[in-house]
Amino acid sequence: MLEIKNLHVELEEEGKKILKGVDLTVEDGKVHAIMGPNGSGKSTLSYVLSGRQGYEVTDGTAELDGADLLDMDPEERAAAGLFLAFQYPVEIPGVGNMTFLRTAVNAQRKARGEEEISAADFLKLVREKAKNLKIDADMLKRPVNVGFSGGEKKRNEILQMAMLEPKMCILDETDSGLDVDAMRLVADGVNALRDAGRGFLVITHYQRLLDHIKPDVVHIMADGRIIKTGGPELALEVEKNGYADILEGA
Amino acid sequence: MMGAPQAKTDDRLTGLAVTATGWAAAPRGDALSRLQSMGLPQRRDEYWKWTRPDTLISADVPPAEAFDAQETPIFGGVDRLKIVFVDGVFSAEESDDLALEGVMIERLAEANSDIHWAQGLYGVLEERGQTPVKRPLAALNTAMATDGLLIHVTGKTGKPISLIYRHVSDTSDAILHHVVKLDEGAELTLLENGPAAARFNKVLEVEVADKASFHHVRAQGRDHARRAATHIFARLGSESAFKSFTLTVNGVLTRNEAVIELTGDDSIAHIAGAAMGDGANGAFHHDDTVFVTHDAERCESRQVYKKVLRNGAEGIFQGKILVKEGAQKTDGYQISQSLLLDEDNQFLAKPELEIYADDVVCSHGSTTGAIDETALYYLRSRGVPKKEATDLLVLSFMAEAVDEIEDDVLREDIVSRLTGWLDRR
Ligand SMILES: Nc1ncnc2c1ncn2[C@@H]1O[C@H](COP(=O)(O)OP(=O)(O)O)[C@@H](O)[C@H]1O
Ligand SMILES: [Mg+2]
Repeated sequence: MLEIKNLHVELEEEGKKILKGVDLTVEDGKVHAIMGPNGSGKSTLSYVLSGRQGYEVTDGTAELDGADLLDMDPEERAAAGLFLAFQYPVEIPGVGNMTFLRTAVNAQRKARGEEEISAADFLKLVREKAKNLKIDADMLKRPVNVGFSGGEKKRNEILQMAMLEPKMCILDETDSGLDVDAMRLVADGVNALRDAGRGFLVITHYQRLLDHIKPDVVHIMADGRIIKTGGPELALEVEKNGYADILEGA
Repeated sequence: MMGAPQAKTDDRLTGLAVTATGWAAAPRGDALSRLQSMGLPQRRDEYWKWTRPDTLISADVPPAEAFDAQETPIFGGVDRLKIVFVDGVFSAEESDDLALEGVMIERLAEANSDIHWAQGLYGVLEERGQTPVKRPLAALNTAMATDGLLIHVTGKTGKPISLIYRHVSDTSDAILHHVVKLDEGAELTLLENGPAAARFNKVLEVEVADKASFHHVRAQGRDHARRAATHIFARLGSESAFKSFTLTVNGVLTRNEAVIELTGDDSIAHIAGAAMGDGANGAFHHDDTVFVTHDAERCESRQVYKKVLRNGAEGIFQGKILVKEGAQKTDGYQISQSLLLDEDNQFLAKPELEIYADDVVCSHGSTTGAIDETALYYLRSRGVPKKEATDLLVLSFMAEAVDEIEDDVLREDIVSRLTGWLDRR
């Protein structure tokens, strides 16, 4: 369970306030969606939860299964089960995608006191998961995200998620820049991971992703706060009327 | 340009005399005259602005302790012909018999006949390499080398020749000069490793005939206080290949010069270097000075140099591609990059292109920067601990240079040395 209470965040350098009291709880087994205009702080929330530098938490808490996330290094948060699929996946020239995946999987296993996965088992697992996402052998060999199309990068994020089997998955605009087929692949990848022990926080602009990944709860974020929470119908309302009515009503 | 004799600083030169007999007496004598007329290197020389030559030419050798390596020796898993020098002195007990199919190997110190195949090469490539940039330490080497190997490759050698330079004495001062001649179609892999001495001056002259190929992988020793000035002079015939990679880990002062001439059409020359240094271990100053001349058509050259610096380490790159008139369809590439692991390191680069042909593709680039924080965060967000993530990024930075080594086993050996350095710090 992810529990965020009264989270206030500023940019470290400029002191600009971005998050102004976010309250949000994502229970195990549930899919929560966050929608909201550009610049409302959705990515900031995901970065702060995953431990990116440059943000200062001035108030509030964020816990994963009762453990204080904000006190952990990024790698500790990952080992605790948090995963962020990036809005802009990072290119790492010189590091092979396969090496990257194996290093990540083994690092998390080690952190949990488990044995490293054998090379053969790893290969088998990657091939199987990659196939479902239509990620070919070439993409696995190439340096991480280098020369990948927008859609390939997003699918690569989902592959990492599938390999790492996190407890809490945050997807930041994973649908943006995807054509219909690619979006279906991504949605299928996410749905395959849905189970009673795993929570999802899906950040998106569009209803269409939520047609494929059915949310239990929809939140609207504006100016650093959750201003409205409802069921799947809230996403449909946004799709139809935009944010204007909701923003006025808030 | 040859400078005028520098009377004051070059007192040391007046005392020098060539003692060799036989065929080598003449080229050594010529080299000494050459040296005496150009003088020893000085800070005001164009290519010595960023590296202090004084400890490389001083009468006394600043002492250097041998590095206590706990790791398994490099190239240990490679089937090779081993030739060992201890503080620059050939060790017959530690060396294999100098016999290998497809190659004749002789010691310079024992080649005293009046006529020798090396006559047309010893000091010859070095002398060609003195124009347009003078390289006095190489002339000094030709004149004064105490030993070295004369390697004549007539066919495909069954295994690499591996030169192992052990360093034992804290004040050893070694001068070795090797000549490698590859006949048409011949192939050789030459390995070199070890610090050699407290101070090491080495010249390697390589003549690569048409269709021949020469591969060279070297790991300079890790002794912190050692000093080295090395030169590679290579001349390539048509359809030939020259590939050289150097790893430098530690060393208070290293100056590696390479002078490569592509004189036959359709040949390729790749030269690469990976250096890692930590200024906290006394000091680290590493200088790569490279000069590649295209004097034939459709040749390809690559210069790939990477440096990882920390704690006040200094890295220098001076690299030139000269494309002579008529060297059409030249493909020349040069990259020099440094990765600074903290703030107070220095990387100075002088990339140069000089082109006198119109139908060529040449590019060069030089960058310096820190670890990519975003990439580091991305890796950590996947659960990779900071140290491991940093190391992975360092290795990936080095990859373009290391990947110049074609042989998987040799490349893995080099990578393990990089990892060793990362683990020690
Ligand atoms: N590192 C940063 N530097 C400057 N401004 C930033 C930075 N990160 C976020 N912001 C600003 O914070 C606000 C929220 O951004 P973001 O979290 O990306 O919103 P969203 O993902 O909802 O579009 C925007 O005004 C954005 O310009
Ligand atoms: Mg965003």
